[in-house]
Amino acid sequence: MNDKNSKLTSIKELELKRAQIIAERPDVATISVCCGTGCQAFGGQKIAKAFVDSIASHGLQESVAVKTTGCHGFCERGLLVVIRPQNILYQHVELEDVEEIMNETILKGNVIERLLYITSDGTTRITAEEDVPFYKKQQRLVFGANGYIDPTEIDDYIAIGGYSALAKAFSSMEPEQVIDEIDRAGLRGRGGGGFPTAKKWKSTREAHGEVKYVICNCDEGDPGAFMDRSLMEGNPHSIIEGMIIGAYAAAANSGIVYIRNEYPLAVKNTEIAIRQAQKYGLLGDDILGSGFNFNIVISRGGGAFVCGESTALMASIEGKVGEPRAKYVHTSEKGLYDRPTVLNNVETWANVPLIINRGASWYSSIGTEHSKGTKIFSLVGKINHTGLVEVPMGITLREIIYEIGGGIPDNKKFKAVLTGGPSGGCIPESLLDLPVDFDELTRVGSMMGSGAMIVLDENNCVVDIARYFLKFLEEESCGKCVPCREGLERMRQILDDISEGKGTESHLGILEEMSESIKVGSLCGLGQTAPNPVMTTLKYFREEYLAHIVDKKCPAGVCKSLVTYNIVDENCTACRICVKNCPAGAIEFIAKKTPVVLHQEMCTKCGACMDVCKFDAVEIR
Amino acid sequence: MSEVKIKNETMSAILDKYNKDKGHLIAILQDVQAEYNYLPREALYYVSNELEIPLSQVYSVATFFKGFSLKPRGRHTIHVCMGTACHVRGAMQILEQIQTETKTDCDGTSEDGKFTLESVNCVGACALGPLVVVDGEYSGQMTVNKVKPLLENYD
Repeated sequence: MNDKNSKLTSIKELELKRAQIIAERPDVATISVCCGTGCQAFGGQKIAKAFVDSIASHGLQESVAVKTTGCHGFCERGLLVVIRPQNILYQHVELEDVEEIMNETILKGNVIERLLYITSDGTTRITAEEDVPFYKKQQRLVFGANGYIDPTEIDDYIAIGGYSALAKAFSSMEPEQVIDEIDRAGLRGRGGGGFPTAKKWKSTREAHGEVKYVICNCDEGDPGAFMDRSLMEGNPHSIIEGMIIGAYAAAANSGIVYIRNEYPLAVKNTEIAIRQAQKYGLLGDDILGSGFNFNIVISRGGGAFVCGESTALMASIEGKVGEPRAKYVHTSEKGLYDRPTVLNNVETWANVPLIINRGASWYSSIGTEHSKGTKIFSLVGKINHTGLVEVPMGITLREIIYEIGGGIPDNKKFKAVLTGGPSGGCIPESLLDLPVDFDELTRVGSMMGSGAMIVLDENNCVVDIARYFLKFLEEESCGKCVPCREGLERMRQILDDISEGKGTESHLGILEEMSESIKVGSLCGLGQTAPNPVMTTLKYFREEYLAHIVDKKCPAGVCKSLVTYNIVDENCTACRICVKNCPAGAIEFIAKKTPVVLHQEMCTKCGACMDVCKFDAVEIR
Repeated sequence: MSEVKIKNETMSAILDKYNKDKGHLIAILQDVQAEYNYLPREALYYVSNELEIPLSQVYSVATFFKGFSLKPRGRHTIHVCMGTACHVRGAMQILEQIQTETKTDCDGTSEDGKFTLESVNCVGACALGPLVVVDGEYSGQMTVNKVKPLLENYD
């Protein structure tokens, strides 16, 4: 196919193309292999290749196809393989399993029990992907297509109805109507702020100037969040389609996708997707014969958390240091290169085609009064089913953590869940029935953020967590505002003291006072929300701070200065595994059947002995 | 470790790729770093002269972003993920163990020039935590005891 006749010059040609792709696709069995970043670490590409080779050696090229897809979401059980049309989900698939899957499932139609999901009580094995509890309660509107398409194949996206929202907007909607539709749908920014998307588009549209920009923010700096990465990697065309529609509505002709350099696969797949869209004439001049011109380029981030903030991100695209500026004039009027600019997050853009296709009233029927649609959360930390979950707004934290997430591993006790990353807060067990939406999370002192949910169990210390976030933000503060630059450092020093047993009760008052000052005295969102983790942990877990200060104890056994590792003599069998594994050589073997001796002065408290001991003979005091 | 000599042809090829556009400073520095594994002093002079940007501004960009290094790096780069999910699963212990094994501070290079150790905030593969990435290869579910065998794979 040469470039000339691959270009689609009208909506009719797009529809013909779609019909042609679908007609040319034989109705064959598909082996969908997850090749998201997580599953790639489990050998995704190698396993996919092994399937391709095996299909060839069986001579089944005509009847079985392999699809290397983006992230399916259930990262904990990687590598994931789904056999369609039966939707059999195999988890923890390894290279050695490929032949068995071919011989048993593909050739004979038998299900391999050992590779199926097994319920936590160990009684039931579940065959179909949609019946696994992790997926069952989800509503995967934005994220669902990931498991069905090869992100490097634009035809896959077109085959499942891709770019039909764009066609609809071009053929039957004026730009103002597009904005109105997004407004009535109630779409709010998924990057954290929750600002109404339509408002941004409208003010950019109405702003003066010939040159306007739209930007996709894929600088997912929030540690623990990876939904933007997975969408960008797994379904880049949905974001590109959203951006074209947004640009059409806001009267912008240039687009930029700003991606973290730490996400190499997302960069690669987006580059491919842009090239393919250009080839089909879905990006470029006179898109689908509409007369509308729009193109997209990629800008790679340099690795700074603050660049997730809109003005800092724009400075970074301009080749400058990523320092935020005061937003007396909104970026929708004066943004990139001082031109009107729409900036939305990856997930927000991916919602746009959905709304245009299915309508505002359908979309706004999902969710709560002021938060519509679904939200993708990354459920990580001390949770059985680590992964990405897409749920309707308004679902409770308990449902997410216990029903979808499968609860806490090793029968440990739930302690708290952190939402909103470094800008968010710690939500205790008493608030687990809280419906999750933008406003409810803010009300309890946390925030939605980009959607990271980090679950803590009884072995996590909240002082340590608050200190971790402060240290993170202290390093990531751009240094422009004094309260943020100096204040965070001072707060972190106080938390250092507390975690080392040098804290005093008056420290807590100082922390609270400083939190308030930093909140009001900082220019951008980073500083304004930085004290949240400290404030919420102080509010909900004050006892634990006091335990460090008054009793000089870390109840969770995390803060090194306050704990010692000890050998439980009656459990120790003198098997010597800890002696061999202690990197500091601090454990001494005395004699057979005599408990080993741990020399405290040499112990580095790394926990290696506890990890390897099979007899519960190491304890933290 | 000593500074590498930059090649003018390599540098000008990178600048030409971006039409010597000042706006692409970050992308240009990323490409320079991909070429030399760090940003050599000479390269910063070169970029500053050719793009007609004050050296101070090039330096401020090169030091602001975490992705850039002004010091030569070792043969292998170890990235320890310090994201929240890895942190709550004990990433700090892993980092400390790697520091002990390589006799290197975080953001430092071992004396034999073998390893450069850096922490990263999150690589977005939280199910694998705690996670270590050596030369782009992911090693998940790390424990203190897995550190030594992992590093022995590299020379």
